[in-house]
Formats: sequence, structure tokens, C-alpha cells
Amino acid sequence: MIKAPIGSGKPAFWSVQNISYQAYRLKTRPELIIGVLALCFLSFVVLVPLLQIIQDAFTFQSYDLSYEPDGVVGSFTLFHIDRVFNQPISTALFYKPLLNSLKMGFAVTAIALVVGFSLAWLMVRTNVHFKGVFGAMLVFPYMMPSWVMAIAWLSLFKNDRIGGSEGLLTYLTGIQAPDWVAYGIFPIVITLALHYYAYAYLLISGALATVDSELEEAGATSGMGKWKRIRVITMPLLMPAIGSAIVLTFIRILGTFGTPALLGLPVRFFTFSTQIYASINARNQGDAFVLALVLIVLAISFIWINSRIIGVRKSYVTMTGKGFRKSESDLGKMRWPITILVILFLCMTVALPLILLLWESLTLIPGNYSISNLTTYFWNGKGNINLAYGEPGIIHNKGILEALFNSIKLGFAAALFNGVLGLLVGYAVVRGRGARLSKWLEAIAFAPYIFPSIALGAIYIGMFSTNIGPVPALYGTFTILVLITVIKNLPFTSRTGIAAILQIHQSLEEAARVQGIGWFRRMFRIIIPLSMSGLVAGMLLTFITAMRELSLIILLISPGNMVLTGLIFSYQEMDMSQHSSAVTLMLVLLIIVISVIVRLITRSAGVGRLNVT
Amino acid sequence: MGQILLDGIVKSYGKVVVVKNLDLTVQPGEFLTILGPSGCGKTTTLRMIAGLEEPDQGAIKLNDKVVFSRNNGVVVPPEARHLGLIFQSYALWPHMTVAKNITLALKEQKISKSEIAQRLENALDMVQLTGYAERYPSELSGGQQQRVAVARLIALRPSILLMDEPLSNLDAKLRTEMRASLKRLHRDLGATTVYVTHDQIEALTLSDRIIIMNEGQIMQEGSPYDIYHHPANIFVAEFIGDPGINLFKGTISNGMLDCGAISIPLPTTIANRGGNLIAGIRPEKIKVSETAKNGWQEVTTGILQPTGANTILEVKAEDIPITLLQTGFITLSENTPLWIDFETDALSFFNTQTQENLRNEVS
Ligand SMILES: Nc1ncnc2c1ncn2[C@@H]1O[C@H](COP(=O)(O)OP(=O)(O)O)[C@@H](O)[C@H]1O
Ligand SMILES: [Mg+2]
Repeated sequence: MIKAPIGSGKPAFWSVQNISYQAYRLKTRPELIIGVLALCFLSFVVLVPLLQIIQDAFTFQSYDLSYEPDGVVGSFTLFHIDRVFNQPISTALFYKPLLNSLKMGFAVTAIALVVGFSLAWLMVRTNVHFKGVFGAMLVFPYMMPSWVMAIAWLSLFKNDRIGGSEGLLTYLTGIQAPDWVAYGIFPIVITLALHYYAYAYLLISGALATVDSELEEAGATSGMGKWKRIRVITMPLLMPAIGSAIVLTFIRILGTFGTPALLGLPVRFFTFSTQIYASINARNQGDAFVLALVLIVLAISFIWINSRIIGVRKSYVTMTGKGFRKSESDLGKMRWPITILVILFLCMTVALPLILLLWESLTLIPGNYSISNLTTYFWNGKGNINLAYGEPGIIHNKGILEALFNSIKLGFAAALFNGVLGLLVGYAVVRGRGARLSKWLEAIAFAPYIFPSIALGAIYIGMFSTNIGPVPALYGTFTILVLITVIKNLPFTSRTGIAAILQIHQSLEEAARVQGIGWFRRMFRIIIPLSMSGLVAGMLLTFITAMRELSLIILLISPGNMVLTGLIFSYQEMDMSQHSSAVTLMLVLLIIVISVIVRLITRSAGVGRLNVT
Repeated sequence: MGQILLDGIVKSYGKVVVVKNLDLTVQPGEFLTILGPSGCGKTTTLRMIAGLEEPDQGAIKLNDKVVFSRNNGVVVPPEARHLGLIFQSYALWPHMTVAKNITLALKEQKISKSEIAQRLENALDMVQLTGYAERYPSELSGGQQQRVAVARLIALRPSILLMDEPLSNLDAKLRTEMRASLKRLHRDLGATTVYVTHDQIEALTLSDRIIIMNEGQIMQEGSPYDIYHHPANIFVAEFIGDPGINLFKGTISNGMLDCGAISIPLPTTIANRGGNLIAGIRPEKIKVSETAKNGWQEVTTGILQPTGANTILEVKAEDIPITLLQTGFITLSENTPLWIDFETDALSFFNTQTQENLRNEVS
């Protein structure tokens, strides 16, 4: 055979040929360019801030001068560490909040898991009535801010302890709810559990639905008894979902701010999240940074211990929307009683809070729940100096309307950027499979998962309060809200993106490549249309989370970038319960309406019609 | 135009070397088939030509232009190689109609609207799918989808066509039909074609030239006739032919190959070597008689498999199994005695150590 005279072999690493080869090579590997850019961006917004607050925590700051006047600003110090762990003040600053956070975390996780699991079992594995309606209602809490229950709780049980109006209970019966019912750990745990069961429910019911077929086959052939089958087959298969539900719930509880603030602060019950908030407000950022770091360490150790106990390495699977399969056991005589129990539960967790909010928003004098006291003033009043500090009702209130606009803007911006970022990360990870870059990118996109929301907020204060190179100080801007929301949701959207790209067989894109179709056209004509349905679902989820988020952004909002959740919180702090209820209700309705519209549009656009192999 | 040159191509995935120092030239207008068992590196080779995989070493030249050279730092991306590729899975875009599937790349090239319409019509006509332009791929049968993939290629008019087992997802009857139409297509377009398959019938019926590949190396290259009649080594001999070739291992003595129950006549050049060797003969090159003949060897029948036009006979000489292929629909009961004779000039001989055909050693 005649050898083609074009030179074979491999040049040395630093040779001109090799360098030019590597440069040329980039042209044929767009996923490499995207991967590198995404990795740089994510490192900048995830890792750099983390390193920054570690550094700040060990650096003497100007605000420390009031405690130690002879300290040198900018020098290395253990001052913050010492204050948090080793001083008389540490008990209030660290040990009590730690204990409270742990108590709250474990209690809520346990209750939410039991409730979520029972409901999942009922819905997937039994013949309980009204499954369709229940299925839609059970995910409702997911669309509401986690602290809606807390506001509703206050409407019911508020007592005379902190002055201001009293709740419905006192109005109807004249009885003052005891402090432990109205405030502190008990109501916090109850209200949080009644919100967070929805996560456990979604994860476990998804897993249960897919376990079915395997169970049936194995059970039929081996003749095991029902309970043995559940213990030996079903439970181990459910373990990953249960593990993820535990981790997800616990980390969210550690980072949650709204509920412990509303129900804990009046009785000086502090958790990590509220203590971080208090420290930042008291200008003791160093303390807040140390607490945030401890919170992150706590979250990581929890993930680690959990994976050890559950014995599943990846026990933090994220949620997916799977169709349920029917394979039900008969509840027999208990069918109606259990159905009624579920109805009561839904009334309590979904209907009652919304009704209470509505009622509260319609009372003229707070605390008076009679028909004669009803008014629409807080919805359409023009402002009256004798009512609620002269604050006008929603539709005439410039502040509320601005915050509403900001919230919607935040939701859309976060959804859009998350969609784009999720798609690009998914593309780079899937197309680059096997390479180190792909693994790193996947890992760093998932990293924000382990940062409890409030801790991530604290990190961002540390990072973006001054300019970094060409990036201006972002504190107090709308941009930082978008940025942090995008980052916090990235673990979910990048998962969605990866799943969506995995679905599109590589050859579909390669066929376009060899036909001379460039990267941008391939993205717009092939990849995006084929991954649309998954992406839209992921973006909708981001939109919902962005609209209802408080814990993540509470440390970053200011009058200049106020959103609805922040506004509700400040109304609540000022004991303007009608305003806070009205705005909350508006927010929840808005989220529901927009979700329904998006669902309708995407369905009628035929996105679901495609069957990609 | 249309020449393909591969020079010293090496490709590995991790530690596994999948293609080992491959040299290959395809002449303009030639129909070349790469034939080999599953996993031998055929697809990888084709994808390297298309630019979808990067070789670790070596160089590739298409149409007199270097498109890859590790040594000179040249990589031309697949978009700029201007060739046509048919995937095993067809890779039709499920969200586009047949017409859009065919014209998407044309629109990219700033071709006039009327020209695009013309080419679409032509391409659909050539694959006999006129009237299907507005269908979606999911509304077509497997064979029709395959033809859309072909039409997509035709419309682009590349000078080089690459096909990766394009018929393997079709049922047997359709495969025979499509084989004929691919051959016609190649004749009509006159494009250089590299065709990858593990199906020897496709290779033998379609190709000008066949390359037999195994474990990332070329075992033999040559015309279908050569490959069939003069296998370069035992791997090729066994891989090609259905029913498979008969191989007999024996010792040379008295001008014959003594294999125990049977002995095979040897040409003098080979008989003179002495020692051991392996003789190979195709089933249809063994003559059969129902009556004893002088010098013929006796065997008894085992299983018979009539396929209609031919019959495959499994026979035994004591414990040595032999496969025979005779024309006609033969029915014989088991354990009937038969007499066989080898067509001496159809015999191939292989070195027992190297497994190479002795022809190659002599020349
Ligand atoms: N992307 C890949 N990563 C790792 N191994 C691969 C990859 N692609 C192919 N291989 C391996 O390379 C060998 C050759 O594959 P391939 O070229 O597809 O074979 P063929 O097309 O001849 O069946 C196989 O052993 C296969 O497992
Ligand atoms: Mg293959």
C-alpha cells in the first residue's frame, strides 16, 4: 500500500504543531468552550464568594473596632471565631441557635417525612377516593411561600404578648393562647412540617410509582407475604427517594428564615437563620459569616451522615415529574374514613390558610373578625392617615405595585437565565461525558444545593458589597437578586438540562454537523426545540421558587430592590397584618395563575407531542 | 475529487486501542466496504473520517485537502468537511417534516428557493417518496425513514458518502430491496462511498473493494472475489462465507495432508514444505456422489438444511465434521453413506502458527 505523504505520529506537547492543534480542536468541540466558560462563571459566583467569607471571617474588620479599639483592620484574627464559640455571648450567639436549629430541623424533617410518606402511599398504592383532585392539591404548598402557614397561624393564635391585635381564637372564645402555642418551637415545627411534607410527598410518590412493576414481578414469583415484600423489596428501593427527601427537607429547614422569624423573634427564640439576620442588622458581619460557615459545615456533615446511614451514595436525587402507575390495594371499610381524613388535612394545610389570609385582609380593625368589620380598604383604599400608618390599599400602593413588578421581573429573569444556563451546562456535561471538565462542571453546578439559603445570602453579602475587578458592587441591586436566585436553582435546572440533552440522541446533532449546519443553528433548530418541554418545566419551577423566595434574599433586599416577599415580611414586622395578608394572597394567586397559563400555553403549542428516542 | 486517504490512524478510548495504525486509500467513485464483526472499530473509523471523533495520531485527507493531521496541527470540523453520512439510526429530526429534514442544510448554504425546491423534488423522486414531503418521521415505516435519510444525502450532493450499517434496522426482505437501490444510488451519483457493515452479503453484493477489519486492524483488503476465494488468513476465511468454510488441520505426508479420517491432496509446492498446516475449502467446492467412486472418501450424512435453491449438508468422516453445499432441494435420511472429493484448485492453505495464507508467504 502506498503511504499517504501527509505525516503521521504525534508532536511534542509544547510544539507549535500541538498548540495549533489544540486551538483548531476547539472549533470542533463547542461543548469544550461552553464548558470552560460555564466553569469559570460558576467558580466566580459559587467558589469565590465562599472563599471570600472564609477570608473575611478571619480578618479584622473596621466594624470590630468598637469591640477591640486597638485591633489592626485587615490583619489576621481569631476574634470572630472566639466571639462565636468561646465567650459569654457565645451562648446566645451560637449554642442556643444551634440547638434550636437542630431541634427544629430534626422535628420538622421527621414529621414531614411521615406525613409525606403516608400521603404518597395512599395516593399511589391504595384506592383512596378523589385522587385527581388530591394530587393537584397536595403540591399546592410547593407553590406557596413556606411562611404562609406561619402568618395564618398568627391570625389564629396571636395573643396579647407583643401588643397589637389578637387572633381569631381570642376573638371567638376570649381565651388567650398560651405563649408556647402562639410562638416558639411548637408552632414553628407544626407550620413548617405542614409545608415541607409536599417535598417528601413528591419525591416518594415518584419513586413509589416506579417501584411498582419490579415489586409485582418479584412478589409474584417468590411468593413472599405482603409485609415481607414491602420490607424486603419496596423499602430498599424507596431508600434513595427517602434519603433525598430527608436531605432536601433538612437543608431547607436549616436555611429557612420566614417562619422562625415570624413565630420565633417575638419570644426571642433564635435559630441560625434568624441569628445571622440579627447579626447582619447589628453590623456584626463577622459573626454572621462564621455562623453561615458553620451552617454549611452542618449541611455537609448531615449529607454525609445521612448517606452513611441510608447506605446510598447519591441520596440527593432531585425531583422529576414521572407519571404514576395504577396498582392499588383496597382500603376496604376504611376507604371513606381515610378519604375524609385527607380532605380535612387539605382543608387545614391549603384552604384554611388561604381563607384566613383573605379574612384577615378584609378586616378593618385588626383582631375584630365580625361581619360588620369587613372592608375592602386594604385592597382598594386610597390611604387614610388613621389606618395602618396611612398606607394605601394594594391597587393604589406604589410601593406594593413596584415590588409586584420586581417580583415578576425576578421570576422571569431567573427562569430565563436558569433555562439558558441549565441548557448550556446540560449540553457541556452530556457532550463532554467522560472528560474531567464535564465532571467538574456537574459538581460545581450542584454545589449550591448544599448551601442553606440564608448562608448563601450571607456569602453574597460578603462577596458583592465591594467591587471585584470589573464587576461592580452588586449589593442592593436587582441584579444580585437575579444572580443568587439563578445560582440557588442551578442544581435543579442543570439536572433538568442534563436529562433533556441526554434524551436527544447524539446522532441527531451529528447529522446536522456533517451537513454543514453550524453550532448556533444546531442549537436553535434541533437542540432547543427537542428539549423544550423539559426546559419549560424546569423554568416554571424556577419562576415559582423565585416568586415565593424569602430566606435566600432577605439579607440582600433593600428599598431599592424590594420584592413582594420582602415587603410582606416588613409589613408583618410592623404588625400591619391586613397588608401582609392581602399581599401574600395576591402573591399566591399570581403564582398559581401564571403556572396554569404556562402549562396551557406549552400544552397547546404541542411541546408534549414529540417523542424523542 | 472524492479521494479519501487515512494515514497511520490510531484511536483509543482510555487504555483500549480501538483502531491500530490504520492506512487506507479510497479512490474517487469507488464503493468501499469496511466489513468486520461488531466492536472491531468500523463505526469509529467512519466517525473519524467524518470528523465526529478525533484520532490520537495520524492524518486524514479528503478531496486532496488535509482535514486532520495531528502532526501539523490541522483539524477541520465536520461542518466544513462537506460529506454525507447515514447513521445506523437514520438520525432524522423528529420535530421536522420530511421536507424540512431534507432542506434544512440546503437553506444554510444560501441556495436559491427554486433550486431547493428542485433538489427536494429530485431527492424524493429518487427514493420514491414523492408525496411524503409533509409527513413527520414518526408517521413513516422503518424503510421509508431509511429512504428519507438517503434523500437528505442526495439533496446535498456530497462527493463522499459514508454509511454506517444503513440496512441493519430493516427486516430481511426490505434489506434485499434497499441493497439494490443503494447500489443504483451509488451508480447514479458516482460519489465515493465508504460503507460499513457486519453483514458479508451486503459487502459482497455492493462493493468494488472490501476491507476486512478485526480488533482495529485491517485483516485483508481486496475485491469481493479475492476475499472470498483467497482469504488472507484464517480469520477472514472463517468470517466470510455462509455456510462457513471447512478447515482441516493435518500433517503433510506423501504429498497428502493427513487429517485422520480424511486426507487432502496437496500441490507439490506445498507438499514439499513438510510439517503441519491447515487446509480450507468452501462447502460448495466439495463434490458429492451417492455412489462410491475411485479415490473419493466416504462420509455419512447428519443434519440437512434445504433452503430452497440449495441444501446445506452436515456430514461426518468418522469424527471430523464437514459442511457441504449442493444445489437443489435434497432430502436424504440420516446416516446415509456419501462420497466426497475436493476441488484441488479451490483449496487454501494456512500456516498453523501465523494463521496466514501460505500464498502470501511465498509471494
Ligand atoms: N465513546 C466511546 N467510549 C469508549 N469506548 C468506545 C466508544 N465508542 C466505541 N467504543 C469501543 O470501541 C470499540 C469499537 O467500537 P465501534 O467502532 O463502534 O465498533 P463497530 O462499529 O465495529 O461495531 C468497541 O469495543 C466499543 O466498545
Ligand atoms: Mg458500529
